[in-house]
Amino acid sequence: MSEHQISLTVDGERETLTVEGRTLLVHALREDLGVTAPKVGCETSKCGACTVELDGDVVKACTVLAVQADGKTVRTAASDTEDDVRSVVTQQFHEQHGLQCGYCTPGMVLTAADLLRENPDPTPSEIRASLKGNICRCTGYTNIVRAVESAASELEGTAAVAGDGGKTAAVDGSAPEGDD
Amino acid sequence: MSDAESADAGAADPSEHDQEAVDEDADTDAYTGSGEKRREDAALLSGRAEYTDDREPPGTVHLAFVRSEHGHADLEEIDTSAAEAMDDVLGAYTWADVEASPSPGRLQPPGLDRDVPAHPVLATDRVRYHGQPVAVVVAEDRYRARDAAAAVDVEYDPLEAVVDPETAATDSEAPRLFEAAPDNIATTAELGDRDATEEAFAAADRTVSIDLENNRLISSALEPRAAIGEFDPDEGFTVTVTSQSPHGHRRKLAHTLGVREGEVRVVSPRVGGGFGHKGHHHPGEAMAAWCARELEVPVKWTATRSGNYLEGAHGRDHRTTAELAIDDDGTIRGLRAETYASVGGYGLGSGARMPVRYGRLLSSQYAIDAIHCETRAVFTTTAPIHSYRGAGRPEAIYVTERLIDVAADELGLDPVELRRRNLISPEAFPYETPVGATYDSGDYEPAMDKALEAIGYDERTDATGADDGRLRGVGIANYVESTGGGFESGLVRVLPDGDVAVYAGTHSHGQGHETTYAQLVADALERPIDRIQVSEGDTAAIPTGTGTFGSRSTIVGGNAVVESAEKVLAKARRIAATELGVDSAQIGYEDGTFAVSGANDSVSAEAVSGADETVSFEDIADTAYGWGLPDDLEPGLESTTFYDLDGAAYTFGTHACVVAVDPDTGDVELERYFAVDDCGERVNPLIVEGQVHGGVAQGIGQARYEQVAYDDDGTLLTETMDSYGVPRAADLPSIETDSTVTPSPLNELGVKGIGEAGTIAAPPAVVNAVCDALDITHVDMPLTEEHVWRAISDQNEE
Repeated sequence: MSEHQISLTVDGERETLTVEGRTLLVHALREDLGVTAPKVGCETSKCGACTVELDGDVVKACTVLAVQADGKTVRTAASDTEDDVRSVVTQQFHEQHGLQCGYCTPGMVLTAADLLRENPDPTPSEIRASLKGNICRCTGYTNIVRAVESAASELEGTAAVAGDGGKTAAVDGSAPEGDD
Repeated sequence: MSDAESADAGAADPSEHDQEAVDEDADTDAYTGSGEKRREDAALLSGRAEYTDDREPPGTVHLAFVRSEHGHADLEEIDTSAAEAMDDVLGAYTWADVEASPSPGRLQPPGLDRDVPAHPVLATDRVRYHGQPVAVVVAEDRYRARDAAAAVDVEYDPLEAVVDPETAATDSEAPRLFEAAPDNIATTAELGDRDATEEAFAAADRTVSIDLENNRLISSALEPRAAIGEFDPDEGFTVTVTSQSPHGHRRKLAHTLGVREGEVRVVSPRVGGGFGHKGHHHPGEAMAAWCARELEVPVKWTATRSGNYLEGAHGRDHRTTAELAIDDDGTIRGLRAETYASVGGYGLGSGARMPVRYGRLLSSQYAIDAIHCETRAVFTTTAPIHSYRGAGRPEAIYVTERLIDVAADELGLDPVELRRRNLISPEAFPYETPVGATYDSGDYEPAMDKALEAIGYDERTDATGADDGRLRGVGIANYVESTGGGFESGLVRVLPDGDVAVYAGTHSHGQGHETTYAQLVADALERPIDRIQVSEGDTAAIPTGTGTFGSRSTIVGGNAVVESAEKVLAKARRIAATELGVDSAQIGYEDGTFAVSGANDSVSAEAVSGADETVSFEDIADTAYGWGLPDDLEPGLESTTFYDLDGAAYTFGTHACVVAVDPDTGDVELERYFAVDDCGERVNPLIVEGQVHGGVAQGIGQARYEQVAYDDDGTLLTETMDSYGVPRAADLPSIETDSTVTPSPLNELGVKGIGEAGTIAAPPAVVNAVCDALDITHVDMPLTEEHVWRAISDQNEE
């Protein structure tokens, strides 16, 4: 197996490690670096539990090779909530009981925060469409949608969502797909 | 007793519970009944919370399974040499290695009439389902373990498969799985009185019938099952495992490994959803422990998603023919059901006996004189079946609630009116059904009316008038849910500084026990909730308990911790009496302060504040662990209760939904979904509502999207989340809820369980709505576009 040395910044820490070419980013994070906020639920990019931010883009860390993250910055749900959007989203997940077992939650929170940066005032169906890559088996999503709606209300008019919409575009299709 | 109840009692009769009755505000100050936000959330939201796979003891190596590629085959040869020769591979093992070890290597026996072998941890000489573990390899890391598993060469001699339980039991040509079960029948059961039911059918004006399938499902907890086995020659095994039932896993692991329970410690950290699936004992945790002993290093096994889907356990998978005997005025006289229920390729623990009891809820909410249910549990070449959220309850209620809609159609009666005419009256409780269930309490009509009003049932003709080319339908389902079986342990330990540590034998995997139990104990001890810590999930620390499944934790675990808190408070009162030099009958207690009061008087505010006549809870805790206790008092301040509920508490409710069906495509939109549930007193309404949401989502999943599929060769076709339809956010409506409150008389808290309600009520509600929209008698779940489109086509051809 080919091996590669890569360097990346994870939750503010500069890390250098050796990985195989095939190593998925999520496994490099969890097993080589002990960063366990991103979870593994499916390994086929269907569940979203491994969601992280890679240079500001929300990605599923099981669909990115570790070598592709060389030189980049990874932020997980365990990073300091520097931005108001994620900290408000996190708080509203708590207030609205938007989590039960918590396994999908680190990924769900990052995806929800990304949505609000893109679209500060989403409709319920836009929220549901934007969360399509993140499976929650516990909550039935009702309280997750409520949490995102409450976060949007709380953030309304703040700098966090006002100006910076397009800068942190999501890679996994942030365009809401209709009202299903 | 909770504050709320004791304050009420005090108000009604001042001579009782006088010390609690003083504070008029006790009601509003109670944690119980409040939507206390969950204390679990901070660690979960930040990703700090540790699940099994997040743990990595030093030196941990990884286990991967080699799984059967066939649904049914004889094992000819297993060659592990190529795997063993690979770098970083520590070992490769087959049944021959297990057989040569001190471990019996078979999972908990299924307890069937037929003398069939229990599930072996690795296949012996035959595989009986696609994905059955055949061998294991252990390597330095996860990737190398999988490489090595792929290098194990297994030679199979494929046999014919049979995946449908009715075919397996009735087709004489069907392949036989076990010699001792020549008709593939694992066990049969009858509930109710066959003769009385036949008489009821003979006497009734007419009979309606239905053939239906309750589709096979996978629990699909987002966290796959995982375990870390560790072995110390002096201390035995420590197994960290994704468990809903740590003590259950301790017992089962000891059996499989061939050691005493005292040699096994089970630790279960955070668990990422369970839904029944993590209460079962599978080869994974057993082989992680077995390999740890062989290799003397910690061995981790984490199922892949497809491994998880292949091995099961799956749920449901019933084929039922059911009939209703009914008079023209709508009086239901009898019900009978004949069911073939799949067991899978092996009886996995008690899973094989689960179908035997399913018929106990066939009476649903109705007074039916005679019911008879005959069930055959059948081996098929598929993954084992075991409890999945509901575990027999959804199967039973689906039969009855579908039959009633069919009967209403036949009689030309409104399905709601037909239900209303047959409801068990509120005066009839406790009510014993003809199939052996005793309902503790109920008042069904108010809940039904709430749901009907919320959904606009009486105005539904307007709803169907919307002219977008789609067909509107309204579906109603009533249900009952049996909750709270078995015993549970609850230990309340006051620490010397007055902090309170609570330990329960249940194990939360999303239900928020830390918050719920803290609310209950804080109220029982009148302590601030932040002085209460709650722990679960370590057999070394917690008195033997039962676990979390069957909607049981609040009702049995909750009552256990409250009863322990009450015993602790009684002892604290005795210590306080000694300190203050009076009888304990003269000690009042309020908000953390013991005070001398007149034996028959309430504690006055003055008395509580009088410095010479009061002592704090913290001081009592300190005294309890000090040197100054009188001889007749044992040091320490803790109590353990093994709470045993007498019978079961029956939650109930009505769910209603509105659908719009596109007749050209078969697409179904759930426009409204409204759930009214009565689970007695609600300790934490926020958490209860969350449980309803989640259950309904899984019930809608069953009704609309989820279907485990095998091909005729027994190959699992739904091996991933691509092919198995776990609902996503855009697939579900916003779930609306309301409640009624009919306390259970069986327990002091008046609570009933709520965990499974949604999975029970949603499938019939949704199918009833779609049948109403299409004006058809029945369509089997899941209501995919294809199924619905075919139902429309069939109807057009008729």
